[in-house]
Amino acid sequence: MSGVSYLELLKLVVPETILVLTVLVVLAADLLALRELELRFRLLVGAMISCVGCAIAIAWMLALPEHATLFEGMLVVNPLTQLIKVALLVLAIFTILISVDTDFTPHVGEYFALILLAAVGMMFLVSSEDILMVFISLELTSLSLYILTAFNKRDPKSAEAALKYFLFGGMAAAFTLFGLSLLYGLSGATNLGQIAVAIKGPKLDPLLVLAIVMTVMGFGFKVAAVPFHLWAPDAYQGAPAPSAALIASGSKVAGFFIFAKVMMLGFKGAEGSGAWHAYVPGWVPVLAIMAAASMVLGNLVAIIQSSVRRLLAYSAIAHAGYMLLGVLPYGEQSLAALIYYVITYALATLGAFGVVSIVEGRAGDDRLANFAGLSRRAPVLSFCMLIFMLSLAGIPPLAGFFGKFYVFASVLNADPANLGLLWLVVVALAMSAVSLYYYLQVLKQIYVAEPGVDAGVLLTPVLSQVALVLLALAVVVLGCTPNLLLGPLVRAIHAAGL
Amino acid sequence: MLAWTIYISFLGAGLLALLPKGNARAARAVALLTAAIGFAIALGGTLQAKSGVLQTIAKVPWIPSLGIEYHLAADGISLTLVLLTGIASITGILFSWNIEHRAKEFFALYLTLIAGVYGVFLSFDLFLLLVFYELAIIPKYFLIAIWGSTRKEYGAMKLALYSFVGSAMVLIGVIAAYAIAGGKTMSLLELARFPFPRDFQMWAFPLVFVGFAILAGLWPFHTWAPTGHVAAPTSASMLLAGVVMKLGAYGCLRVAMTLFPRGLDPWGWALLGLGSWRDVLSVLAVIGIVYGGMVALVQKDFKFVIGYSSVSHMGFVLLGLMTLNSIGLSGAVLQMFSHGIIAGLLFAVVGRMVYDRAHTRDLTALQSWNLSTMIPFAAVTFTIASVASMGLPGFSGFVAELQVLIGAWQAFPTLAVVAGLGILIGVAYSMRALQQAFFRGQGESSAPGVLADGHLPAALEPISVPERIGAVVLIGTSLLIGLYPRLLLDLISQSFGLPLFDGLQKGGVL
Repeated sequence: MSGVSYLELLKLVVPETILVLTVLVVLAADLLALRELELRFRLLVGAMISCVGCAIAIAWMLALPEHATLFEGMLVVNPLTQLIKVALLVLAIFTILISVDTDFTPHVGEYFALILLAAVGMMFLVSSEDILMVFISLELTSLSLYILTAFNKRDPKSAEAALKYFLFGGMAAAFTLFGLSLLYGLSGATNLGQIAVAIKGPKLDPLLVLAIVMTVMGFGFKVAAVPFHLWAPDAYQGAPAPSAALIASGSKVAGFFIFAKVMMLGFKGAEGSGAWHAYVPGWVPVLAIMAAASMVLGNLVAIIQSSVRRLLAYSAIAHAGYMLLGVLPYGEQSLAALIYYVITYALATLGAFGVVSIVEGRAGDDRLANFAGLSRRAPVLSFCMLIFMLSLAGIPPLAGFFGKFYVFASVLNADPANLGLLWLVVVALAMSAVSLYYYLQVLKQIYVAEPGVDAGVLLTPVLSQVALVLLALAVVVLGCTPNLLLGPLVRAIHAAGL
Repeated sequence: MLAWTIYISFLGAGLLALLPKGNARAARAVALLTAAIGFAIALGGTLQAKSGVLQTIAKVPWIPSLGIEYHLAADGISLTLVLLTGIASITGILFSWNIEHRAKEFFALYLTLIAGVYGVFLSFDLFLLLVFYELAIIPKYFLIAIWGSTRKEYGAMKLALYSFVGSAMVLIGVIAAYAIAGGKTMSLLELARFPFPRDFQMWAFPLVFVGFAILAGLWPFHTWAPTGHVAAPTSASMLLAGVVMKLGAYGCLRVAMTLFPRGLDPWGWALLGLGSWRDVLSVLAVIGIVYGGMVALVQKDFKFVIGYSSVSHMGFVLLGLMTLNSIGLSGAVLQMFSHGIIAGLLFAVVGRMVYDRAHTRDLTALQSWNLSTMIPFAAVTFTIASVASMGLPGFSGFVAELQVLIGAWQAFPTLAVVAGLGILIGVAYSMRALQQAFFRGQGESSAPGVLADGHLPAALEPISVPERIGAVVLIGTSLLIGLYPRLLLDLISQSFGLPLFDGLQKGGVL
């Protein structure tokens, strides 16, 4: 640990520092200058300050790429983590933009500050290869998200959702900590790479099995994979729409990245195999079962939902299953596939929540029936929703299609001789056929059903509309030319040497 | 140049989306113009094409890290089907001239579907092909769910899910093939050269073939077809029967059979006389021919008759594919073209000329209308169409089905006889529908009959000019190909000599 230059450290965490400073500015501005003004104006100013902070942080990372590892992996900055951080900040910006046209809280400064703090937590989460640091960042993110979930103080459902989220999350955190402490006990190290070296052996230690299961439980909760998904539908339904959007998008990107990293680096050598008829104990079979269960349960339960937010929650659970597929082959290609998938998923689901937020802002709640005839009331909004839904369903030429294709291809490419995980790909494709049904149910309401008699034109707020159109555009462009994201991604993964 | 068939259709759809609301005339004009340009390009491309050559249209890297290319090309089979798409799209628009409700959305979706169809026929990269293939699912859903009739939401959803399940099956086989071949290329031409292990081909072939054949109406996966056709608005059912079902058959030939030719080999054991996937599929095809015909024979709804007849006729395509000899295969492709034209015409008469005027398709109810005197043009058109559909010499259906039957006779004589029986059934149901719908009232009275509820039917709106043009174009095409089939047959049969089909040829077939 000797010879660390603190100036160097500060330089590496400039983006995070910028965000924390922005948090202070937002809080101060709202507290000192804006408190007496109209809510809309406060929201607008708060959002602008937050977005500018995020934008500066992005610009900093793009302008000054860094490549360093500090304190034995406590802080890892390389092209890959920077790329993920940029994606996280972009998602945060969009979350902030769709928050502007809401009115659920008078505590504007605190609200934006928490979004930014959650983003800081996620950024630290992705740039660490040390279990202690991972746990701390995980907690910072989670705590911010719990509060964001409870932020609508007028609605008891919001508090209920937050309580459920918090209790499940606290429990999961305890399990994670237990698992990580077992890992530390087994290896005597907190760095993922050193842990992998220490636990390597011809046979799986029973304690290691326990550690794997406990760790997986914690992360499984974070990414809402079955059977740790129970909080998701309630949290997605009760939380203010932008908070739910952040939980579904940014938190998922960070969660899956660190999940994959912990599994790939920390449990290297303990993979085992989830192949049909060739099962070998390890973390792969555990994740394979979780993936299959998530895809089946998420997609089947989503069919009967009449609340669009719950539908999106179950779709998120199902998508967690597809993403777990991207963790399974533990290779460069599969990591690229996973990241591509999770980022494009985040864009689409964020957009979907944006649309839901606007519609329920006018109609009162998020029942499917409130979307009836939306295409005649708000054509642009409807078209954006069409793109988000079809991308989630995996229809080309949208990003969701290529994401699915890439994940499946990477799963099979990892073992072309036996196609061991083919059974999972079959489950995944069968379930994606099921998923088309419920996504089409939403689109049927929007495009086919007639609008209610009293439903006039739905005016979409300008800023939200711009944000949603940009998101839809991103989904289309990334689907038509996946290389825009894939090229830098593959290079970054290569440079990071994972 | 042929690539512009795709682009122009997308452009037209985009332009329509930007048009101001409620201007149905402008929407129609744009749509017709787009379709006409698309057809002109297709025709130009076909005339320029040298037969027996695979003509590359575009080939640029798309996703280099996965070896995916944007590769468009055309051989005679593609060209035939691209031409069919051009004709079907123009006539479909002519027969939806009366769409007023949300017209610009209708034509925008219609052109998107057309673009996807053109794309499938021209793609030689499997990823690209699947992109276009699945792209076509969504417009179909909305066309039926918004503008359709009888149980439209059910029919639309059923069609969408069947198509998507089919493409999921295809995707499994294709991704597995991609992985086994090293994960370096999705090019159809290169994968077709790759020697996949026989065991793999044995499960991948039926998976991919059936995945595509679902859309081609393979019995027992055909049930989407009648409900979908019936629920769809006229032009959509013309497209569904005319080109979308061909997407499935085309995929069977272009992807399943070229990638996994050894999947057609005998298993080495037999169950009930079935010793290979080839036997199984050809029996299913023949069941489709006979079953479709029999069910058509007892339908009460005029459109269901045509819907089931499509299943029957598509059975000939699948049977032709399974003959694996050049005459049967060319016959199958020609039948795709021919059925596209004839089914389009039949649906146009039923959906546009009859249903839009009489507002019923019930054959018993239609008897009292005495349609042959009220709209004689429709009666004449339908007579010609059903004669063509029966396979009378002089029309395209005759040449195509004859070729399939000759091919089948060489490959499996028993099945050929049963399929021949299917043609007889075809005569029966066509005659029955023709007589009940148009000519029943003739002998009893010359005046329009009294409706079941005691009202006199009001005078029917006369057949409009666009409808007349559309009908003449379709009849003319069918006659042209029927009288001079070499126009297309040369293009088609020489394509089977291309390297792409080497795998099939090495297997001792063709």
